[in-house]
Amino acid sequence: MPVLELSSISKHFGAIQALNDISLAIEPGEVVGLMGDNGAGKSTLVKMIAGNFLPTHGSMRMDGREVVLHRPVEARRHGIEIVHQDLALCNNLTAAANVFLGREMRKGLGPVSILDYGGMYRRAGQLFRDLKSETRPRDLIRQMSGGQRQAVAIARTMLADAKLVLMDEPTAAISVRQVAEVLNHIRHLRDQGIAVVLISHRMPDVFSVADRIIVLRRGRKVADKRVERSSPEEVTGLITGAIEIA
Amino acid sequence: MAASLEQTIEQKQHNWFSLLLNSQAFWVTIAMLLACIFLSYSTDAFATSKNLYNITRNVTFTAIIALGTTMVIITGGIDLSVGSVLCLCSMVLAVTMHAGFGIYTGIAAAVLTALVVGAFNGILVAYLDFPPFVVTLGMLSVARSLAMVLSNNTVVFEFGPDHDKLLALGGGSTFGIANPVIYMVVLALLTGFVLRWTRFGRYLYAIGGNEQAATLTGVPVRRIKVAVYMISALSAGIAGIVQTGWLGAVTTNIGAGMELQVIAAAVIGGANLAGGVGTAYGALVGSALIEVIRNSLGLLGINAFWQGTFIGSCIIIAVAFDRMRRTR
Ligand SMILES: Nc1ncnc2c1ncn2[C@@H]1O[C@H](COP(=O)(O)OP(=O)(O)OP(=O)(O)O)[C@@H](O)[C@H]1O
Ligand SMILES: [Mg+2]
Repeated sequence: MPVLELSSISKHFGAIQALNDISLAIEPGEVVGLMGDNGAGKSTLVKMIAGNFLPTHGSMRMDGREVVLHRPVEARRHGIEIVHQDLALCNNLTAAANVFLGREMRKGLGPVSILDYGGMYRRAGQLFRDLKSETRPRDLIRQMSGGQRQAVAIARTMLADAKLVLMDEPTAAISVRQVAEVLNHIRHLRDQGIAVVLISHRMPDVFSVADRIIVLRRGRKVADKRVERSSPEEVTGLITGAIEIA
Repeated sequence: MAASLEQTIEQKQHNWFSLLLNSQAFWVTIAMLLACIFLSYSTDAFATSKNLYNITRNVTFTAIIALGTTMVIITGGIDLSVGSVLCLCSMVLAVTMHAGFGIYTGIAAAVLTALVVGAFNGILVAYLDFPPFVVTLGMLSVARSLAMVLSNNTVVFEFGPDHDKLLALGGGSTFGIANPVIYMVVLALLTGFVLRWTRFGRYLYAIGGNEQAATLTGVPVRRIKVAVYMISALSAGIAGIVQTGWLGAVTTNIGAGMELQVIAAAVIGGANLAGGVGTAYGALVGSALIEVIRNSLGLLGINAFWQGTFIGSCIIIAVAFDRMRRTR
């Protein structure tokens, strides 16, 4: 049974039609590369899946059951995690604070519950260790390198047992070595049966980890193919519109 | 390799000492202490218990509001209406009590007024995406005008049956400490606790740091913004209640220009108008520095017209210091 199923999803922003009649299904442990030109609607699609806004039309199912996600918290409760494009980090907060943003660990202090700084530093440190990233939980994001910021954004997705991890251009602006780490992490998620949607403009990255490629063009799905039955040339054609549909 | 990764992650880059040296509030405290030491030696009148009592009490009205303003500034907002809200709440309290109601009814009415005004500001800013500068500038005008309507622009100085209780609330002292100072300390501790230890406080910083990111990660940005404008108005309301008790009379021009003074206090104390930075202690120490300057000019026999120049310079120097520390 697919972990995620979208049927005829559309999304308008006023007069702009960002997504138009999109249907797709993703199986557990499947890595899907989501590609398309700038403004094609990739981020809009994953943000919608992550509960940032509702679709204008269409429905969404998880594990066969229909879900309506009004808020990011609800999406996380269903096991959906996301790395946002440009990472969505707060520069003025520490790495640990960013990892836990929106789901802070707390402990009881009499009648009130207070932030559990120690617990969050420890857990964040563990996650950075798992990611093999030299990132200090107490450092401010402002002082961090691109790769460390990346690690913080990815660590967020590892806080809970996810079923579906969405990654919106996680390999933009990081070094070759770090790109390899991210791709390894994606394979690792796949091996645990977690489904991954990877948005990237980098053809080699997508072809090296994805099982399937979905191409969006101006808000429409124009291709949905297994990688071994496609090629970078064909995908490029589909993205630019040189190839109408596949 | 594993060991070195471990070490790097565990490493603390900042100890408490470097954090202290990096805090603007710390340097402002030093500056204020130096000024106090200088004044105690150069004037006889400064270090008298009467003068110190006056300074600490005068600081409170600015400081209480500066606590609320600091919270708004941390979210990247601004509240220009606090001076007028102070006036409106004082007037609501005065008129209610003058009409024969008890002190608790009067305070409840004033607090409710503050919360309604704050909610109005907050809803316009958070849900209708109005710029906070414009909304609160409008409210600055509206609230003072309502206070004039309410009192028919007269001075209220008779507060009905609970008259004496109100005067004791604001003018009295407990164990030799002026009551307003006690309220200020309690409110500052509360604000400091909320900012550092609660999820609400954490979200204020997150919103000020990157509102977009806070929204995307599921921080209830809009509700928090409404709450923070309500807190700001409430702080002005509380200051108004206390000040009414202290002055023993309310006119429609109390709190005029207060908004700029509290913003100055917050900024001197380290709050950043771009959002994301600020502390409760900074609000106190910023307010204190302003009051010490004001007080000292009088004692040193310097023309009061210079006051603005000194306070303005303090703001600019504080921000210049901040920039220097950052670029270093
Ligand atoms: N909140 C919004 N309000 C209005 N229009 C929006 C909003 N978000 C996205 N859009 C529009 O929807 C379209 C799709 O944008 P989207 O960000 O999904 O593209 P993308 O495929 O992620 O592009 P990129 O590769 O540049 O990240 C664009 O035309 C964009 O301007
Ligand atoms: Mg995008």
